[in-house]
Amino acid sequence: MSLYTFRSFFAVFGLFLLLPFSLKANEEFDIMHHIQDAHEWHLWGEGHGGKSIYLPIILYDNGIKLFSSKDFYHGQKSDTNNTHEYMLGVGKASGYALFHEKIYSLKDGKLQFHEDHPTNHMPLDFSITKNVLSLFIGSFLLLVILLSTARYYKKNGAVAPKGIAKFIEPLIIFVRDEVAIPNLPHGKHKKYIGFLTTVFFFILINNLLGMIPIFPGGANLTGNITVTFFLATCTLLITLFSGNKNYWKHIFATPGVPLVLLPIMIPIEIVGIFTKPFALMIRLFANMTAGHIIVLALFSIIFVNKSAGWAGLSVPMALFISLLEVLVAFLQAYLFSMLSALFIGAAVEDDHH
Amino acid sequence: MELVTPSYGLLFWTGLTFCLLLFVLARFVWKPVLNAVNARSQKIDEALQEAEKARQEMKNLHAENERILKEAKAERDSIIMEAKEAGTKMIEEARDKAKIEGAKLIESARLAIQSERNAAIADMKAQIATFSVEIAENIVKESLSSDEKQKSLANKMAEELKLN
Repeated sequence: MSLYTFRSFFAVFGLFLLLPFSLKANEEFDIMHHIQDAHEWHLWGEGHGGKSIYLPIILYDNGIKLFSSKDFYHGQKSDTNNTHEYMLGVGKASGYALFHEKIYSLKDGKLQFHEDHPTNHMPLDFSITKNVLSLFIGSFLLLVILLSTARYYKKNGAVAPKGIAKFIEPLIIFVRDEVAIPNLPHGKHKKYIGFLTTVFFFILINNLLGMIPIFPGGANLTGNITVTFFLATCTLLITLFSGNKNYWKHIFATPGVPLVLLPIMIPIEIVGIFTKPFALMIRLFANMTAGHIIVLALFSIIFVNKSAGWAGLSVPMALFISLLEVLVAFLQAYLFSMLSALFIGAAVEDDHH
Repeated sequence: MELVTPSYGLLFWTGLTFCLLLFVLARFVWKPVLNAVNARSQKIDEALQEAEKARQEMKNLHAENERILKEAKAERDSIIMEAKEAGTKMIEEARDKAKIEGAKLIESARLAIQSERNAAIADMKAQIATFSVEIAENIVKESLSSDEKQKSLANKMAEELKLN
């Protein structure tokens, strides 16, 4: 746990660095912007001189609308007198506005604000955002790597692994022998091994891709609450659907608990069903987001002070944190799959009272 | 707050991609790879067992060889022993036989010599008798060759007679 203490220390330290600096220089270096989803994939430079990959926007608003996010980013800025600055779409995007990377339908040609939040209608946004593209790239890489591993065995049969299989096989075996089997004994792991290995490799590849500073990496996909929410929901659903009689008995009629306590115990147990995957969701999200924030905060020292000399401090520290993040990338993939296996294991455990 | 607000679009794409990934990987990666790994570990187990069996057999074989070698040595020793015994016995027998044979030969030689001697003595006797007769004859002839001698003889014989 000393690792966590250490990380927490750095997270706090990084945020302390970040807060005054981001107040001073949020124009140049907005960390929150970097760790969130976007409709463009920013490469380098600022404003119109910068280079970005403009990603397709797909809206469902009385029919499907498809256009490039260039129509927003190269559109008009809203009235500068307005306290809230947003991008007005042009061309196919006209009638919509982009505010904090969210798309709103315009009403009377502008956005209406109530307590800093637009009250306009939001069309359903199925855009291929930065995170979605990163998701596709990660999944594609995963498919290429894993299918070539599988092809090796298909071609060579049951032999010692070589090449890519030599790297991937120990990870698969690790998930099976260290994650699945200890938590799902007596051959029960066979049913869930597919989910556990997929989750492990999915989180791992996306964590690692997030560590690469430039395209095709750098998206904070596994640090996005939506992704961790989805993964945790999968674990929750598997737990609920594979829960046996024994599991439900422990929730609704916990053995050894007096009848009068059941009105208290049952709600606690029901809340317990949801807190476990909730913790999974928050753990992965917070770890990966914190890692990105620390690295960005350390780099922002250079830009905030507007002096390359600060690189002498910030680069070694960022390098150190990045190396730590590589460890964390593996650790979080392991933890998520291990805890999923633990929760599923508790739901399918045989009665031994 | 935006940081912890899920977005529907990303949820949709994540769900779709993850489910497809889960399906494809389960069907085309985890199953064949784990099957191959299981098959391999079974193969290795079998090979190890085989090796252990072979080692045991080798050990048994070695012991057997040792035993056979020991037996062969013992047999060789006993054969040599027997041969030696037989050899001494034969020599002994031959010596005894030779002794007996020699004794026999000596005996027969002695007998032969004895008979030869007897024959020679008998022959000598006969010859001596012949020679004696011849000598006597000659002497008689000599002594009676003249009257004087006949007279002297007669005298001598008469003298002898007289003495008696």
